[in-house]
Amino acid sequence: MQSANRSATTQTDASVVEARDVTMRFGGLTAVGGMSIALRRGEILGLIGPNGAGKTTLFNLLAGSLKPTAGAIRLGGADISHEGPERRIARGLGRTFQIPRPFSEMTVLENVLTGGQAQAGEQIWSNFLRPGRVAAQETAAVDKARALLDFVTLSALEGEPARVLSGGQRKLLELARVLMADPDILLLDEPAAGVNPTLLEFIIARVMDLNASGKSILLIEHNMDVVARLCSRVVVMAAGKHLAEGAPAAVARDPAVIEAYLGDVA
Amino acid sequence: MSVELVSYGAFFLTIALTYAIMCLGLNVQWGQTGLFNVGVAGFVAIGAYVSAILTTPATESHLGGYGMPIVIGWLGGALAAALISFLIGALTIRLRADYLAIATFGVAVVVQLCALNLEPVTGGPFGIGFIPRPFAGLAGSPLAFSLLNLGVLIAVVAAVYLSLERLVRSPWGRVLRAIREDETAAFALGKNAVRFRLQAFAIGGGVMGLAGAVHAHFIGFVAPDNYVPILTFQVWAMLIVGGSGNNRGAILGAVLVWGVWTASAAAISVLFPPEQQARAAALQIVMVGLALCAVLLLRPRGLLGEVRVVSRYLDPSARRFPAQEIATDARKP
Repeated sequence: MQSANRSATTQTDASVVEARDVTMRFGGLTAVGGMSIALRRGEILGLIGPNGAGKTTLFNLLAGSLKPTAGAIRLGGADISHEGPERRIARGLGRTFQIPRPFSEMTVLENVLTGGQAQAGEQIWSNFLRPGRVAAQETAAVDKARALLDFVTLSALEGEPARVLSGGQRKLLELARVLMADPDILLLDEPAAGVNPTLLEFIIARVMDLNASGKSILLIEHNMDVVARLCSRVVVMAAGKHLAEGAPAAVARDPAVIEAYLGDVA
Repeated sequence: MSVELVSYGAFFLTIALTYAIMCLGLNVQWGQTGLFNVGVAGFVAIGAYVSAILTTPATESHLGGYGMPIVIGWLGGALAAALISFLIGALTIRLRADYLAIATFGVAVVVQLCALNLEPVTGGPFGIGFIPRPFAGLAGSPLAFSLLNLGVLIAVVAAVYLSLERLVRSPWGRVLRAIREDETAAFALGKNAVRFRLQAFAIGGGVMGLAGAVHAHFIGFVAPDNYVPILTFQVWAMLIVGGSGNNRGAILGAVLVWGVWTASAAAISVLFPPEQQARAAALQIVMVGLALCAVLLLRPRGLLGEVRVVSRYLDPSARRFPAQEIATDARKP
């Protein structure tokens, strides 16, 4: 697989999703304070920062699990600050979780099928009044889900309950599940954390494949080697604020960034 | 086999199948969706009273009766219970499981107190009698009467079972199960959890209401004492014994637990002197409790466990969970 990530970023600088000056307070704690970030079309953008910097909170604001105390989230020019995650995925914004959340007692295949959007079979009446349409859609969905399981090499486990999967396999399952929704934008929360080196290489390759197929990707990652290989641009967060931005190598040399990671920022 | 024995068997199964309908309703809410409804008796009562009011002959002692056909009463009871479930759900469905339990328990108490005290509507403590029974003209021939009633019940249970199977073994049912497993993840995948939970709550409540209506027409009267928390306990025991999440398990559990209940009643009437029998009746609850404990210890997922594959469009060789597997799931009571 060629390194499509670098070339894809040159297509256009138009942002597909952005946070403008967002603040998130939990009671007296300001997890994110006046942070801005923009994901450009076709790029892989890395979001890094020390523990407690507010990365996952910012992620949840972008994905819609949290609504900002102040500021705005914009997607393709529309203000989606007050839309829930179920609306945002319909707009093509999908996310994975830092700790994978499989539907444990459902099979691997049906976990992926659940990611399908606008399925007639999810309407009560369609199951009685339009069973043919439901069956046709479901058959197509099963084919697509199997292709996605193939993409993440979980096909052999399709009939197993998701709870038997290892930590790394759960990450792959979650990726396949969100891809079922055909998102243009992917928010990946630590896609490579805690996986073995072989799987790490595999995940990196798959993220590059997805980017090459036109998806814009924002990922949180602690492993700077992964960030350097995947991302053309990196945003550094510290203490809920934007600290630095730029190419991975430049950011890694930035004294402010080094201090944030190593020094006492509290 | 004597005519009496067959008649009694038919009578037993008919009552058991009315419980099976309640159990199917609870299975939509708890088994599929994880909605902790401990007010089953209230929703059953709503169906029973509405059907009684719709079908009994005109009277001064309660609202109605409107003398409508039995089928209208049953549909009316189911619709009323579904509508009230929807309204209650709209207020409470966002609550976490334990708070939903408290709220539904409160609803059941309110319904029972209304039945007891709203005398102009419900007949108060005396309830409503003279509820028309299907095939009442055949009452002179007990065997034909009980067999025909059993036939009606089998048809109703079959219709409810087939409809629910069609519904829950579909993408709709898959979303319910996903919500039950992890609501946050389901939400992130575009599933409006509140809407699906509300639908499941209303459908389950409607099925319970239908059960109440059918039950009322079979025993011929409704009274507030029929709809006390012990009924909720029975239905829960039936679902857990049979297998939560499995519609066939719900039906099987209802028949078995009702068997334990009636057998222990018979045993009490034989073993205890008449003056002790009222107190000894509490042993019926003990026996059901013992059966429940035994099943939870030996087959934590119930006699018929949940089928792993939801969608009926997928490979039908759906394997069941190993029955002996210890349920680590905190949802299981």
